[in-house]
Amino acid sequence: MADISRTTGPATAGPDIVSAVTGRDKALPIHVHSLVKTYGEFYALDNVSIDIQSGEFMTLLGPSGSGKTTLLMVLAGFVRPDSGSVKFGDDEILLLPPHNRDIGMVFQNYALFPHMTVAENLAYPLKLRSIGKAEIGERVGRALDLVQMKELGDRNINALSGGQRQRVALARAVIFEPRILLMDEPLSALDKNLREQMQFEVRALHDRLGITTVYVTHDQREALTMSDRIAVINEGCIQQVDPPQRLYERPETFFVASFIGETYRLPVEVRNGSASLFGQPIKIEAVPTSNRPDQILILRPEMLHIAEGLPSENENQISGTLRQNVFQGDSFVSYINIHGNHEIAVRSQHRSNTSLPEPGSEVRLSWLVQDTVILAEEDKV
Amino acid sequence: MSALDPATGGLPENAQALERQARAEHRKLMALSLPALILVGSLVLVPIGWLFWMSIYGSDGFTVENYARLVHPSYKTTLITTFELAFLVTGLCILMGYPVAYMASQLGPRMSSLILLCVLFPFWTSLLVRTYAWLVLLQRRGLINTWLMDLGLIDAPLKLVHNFTGTTIGMVHIMLPFFVLPLYASMKTVDFDLMKAASNLGASPVKAFWQIYVPLTLPGLGAGMILVFVLSLGFYVTPALLGGGRVMMWAMQIERSMAVYADWGAASALGVVLLVITLGILWVFGRLTGAFAATEGK
Repeated sequence: MADISRTTGPATAGPDIVSAVTGRDKALPIHVHSLVKTYGEFYALDNVSIDIQSGEFMTLLGPSGSGKTTLLMVLAGFVRPDSGSVKFGDDEILLLPPHNRDIGMVFQNYALFPHMTVAENLAYPLKLRSIGKAEIGERVGRALDLVQMKELGDRNINALSGGQRQRVALARAVIFEPRILLMDEPLSALDKNLREQMQFEVRALHDRLGITTVYVTHDQREALTMSDRIAVINEGCIQQVDPPQRLYERPETFFVASFIGETYRLPVEVRNGSASLFGQPIKIEAVPTSNRPDQILILRPEMLHIAEGLPSENENQISGTLRQNVFQGDSFVSYINIHGNHEIAVRSQHRSNTSLPEPGSEVRLSWLVQDTVILAEEDKV
Repeated sequence: MSALDPATGGLPENAQALERQARAEHRKLMALSLPALILVGSLVLVPIGWLFWMSIYGSDGFTVENYARLVHPSYKTTLITTFELAFLVTGLCILMGYPVAYMASQLGPRMSSLILLCVLFPFWTSLLVRTYAWLVLLQRRGLINTWLMDLGLIDAPLKLVHNFTGTTIGMVHIMLPFFVLPLYASMKTVDFDLMKAASNLGASPVKAFWQIYVPLTLPGLGAGMILVFVLSLGFYVTPALLGGGRVMMWAMQIERSMAVYADWGAASALGVVLLVITLGILWVFGRLTGAFAATEGK
């Protein structure tokens, strides 16, 4: 198992390294305003606006084809949008060519130059900035230190493992002290264990450098683990921008609710600001934003529990027939039929004394009023 | 831990049998390449050996006469002309072929096949026909001179053929496909994200092209250059027709030694010299590009 503690804390890199490689004082906010990019009839970016704070780790999360990579490429300067504005701090950068934008970027396939060694790859952006040979050597050494690759400077790129390439790509993207760091699904090529380790490393590097970071992924777990805030994108539109926990607990659109986490849906009827589930009233915290009568109740397996007794003041309850219990190691998942053809799942922590009701028995499910999320289906809004 | 088997004298289980099997497999695979080895041996190595033998063994036994004769100034001029032409043709092929290959590698599949078709098209016509076609175009009262004079751009016809210029034009035309095709193949393998990365790191388009793109296409560039250069060194038909006897190539010198003087020894010596020089150049070239090829282990 990879030793995560060794690579996550700022303790490994001394303060001198931090101040030397850091772009902290140069971290800039990003203001994207009314960005539109079309390919024929297709809107890759449909009037996208987002403000990313200085030093923030912002993740663009969405399914493939949602426009998240297009947005990143617009920031990097590789895609020319139809209209809109992108500002780094107060400077409009949309008209700058990519090589004048001073952005670090980690590509999906790393894009390391195969005809150069690791050290030459790292030195390349410094050479382009006419930095002296001695200083280049020093900074390359420090950058190699930063990503724990001190001994591998002379290696050829092709002699590196996936994780090592990943580290070199990271180091190359920050060695010239860019004001902004962009990452395009940088971990997607790694296997699961390494990916999880690198998530910590990338986040730790961000914290050490304090650099404004825009990270693109389609992996919701990665997004939830790493980000300060997540922008969920679908069909060229930003659906919601929020910190991970809020995004998970309070999805604002039907798409966000179904894209993040495991969700089950039950139809609810909303009238005059109160909701009822199969004719039975349920307690809600806030009045649903939409005033359509037919809406959807979003339930997550881990928010539910199989209840004994009547609901307490702050709970909602529904009854159903337990169909099956599935053992998943850390938990049991019970599938429950509700009102004939609706199915929802309940997750119960695995403890050795867990006893679940037998399949076929009638059970009552409870969830907190504050976890009650009711949304209208988008296409009908 | 290996399981030691007392029955085989303490060797790990099946070790000997497995190694025998590996050796037998190796022998079988070697046997498969035997026909090719015989073919290469009988059709390449033996004739070359024979050629060499004829150049040093005449009717009066061993002799260096055939080589001693090569110090004569006329041979030197021929050698210089041959290399001059080969370098010039290679250089022009790079200048004209690199953009074509680049365009073909960047455009969509339909346009790129069209370009490659245009590059390949002359390939399917006879060399002789193409050379005579150039003669028609370039001669004194040929298409090009007539047009230029009709347009009033020139007063007297340009000397485009029966000289070095004509030979160069004809040879570049014939050699271009040999240059473009390997280069195109090499360009197709370049990951364009590398150019984006270079640009992102601060390289202007010009710098990204020279520092990233060109080094990455060196294997194809080198292959194309070697093909064109080596083929040009031994070229006969086009210089003979378009040079009009004024461009004396090494291959023509060889032909003259045999056809005119029936001197096989002299012809062989000329052939050996050309072979040695060519190999020498290839070796130097290999050393120069080898450094890049080694890093291109993808």
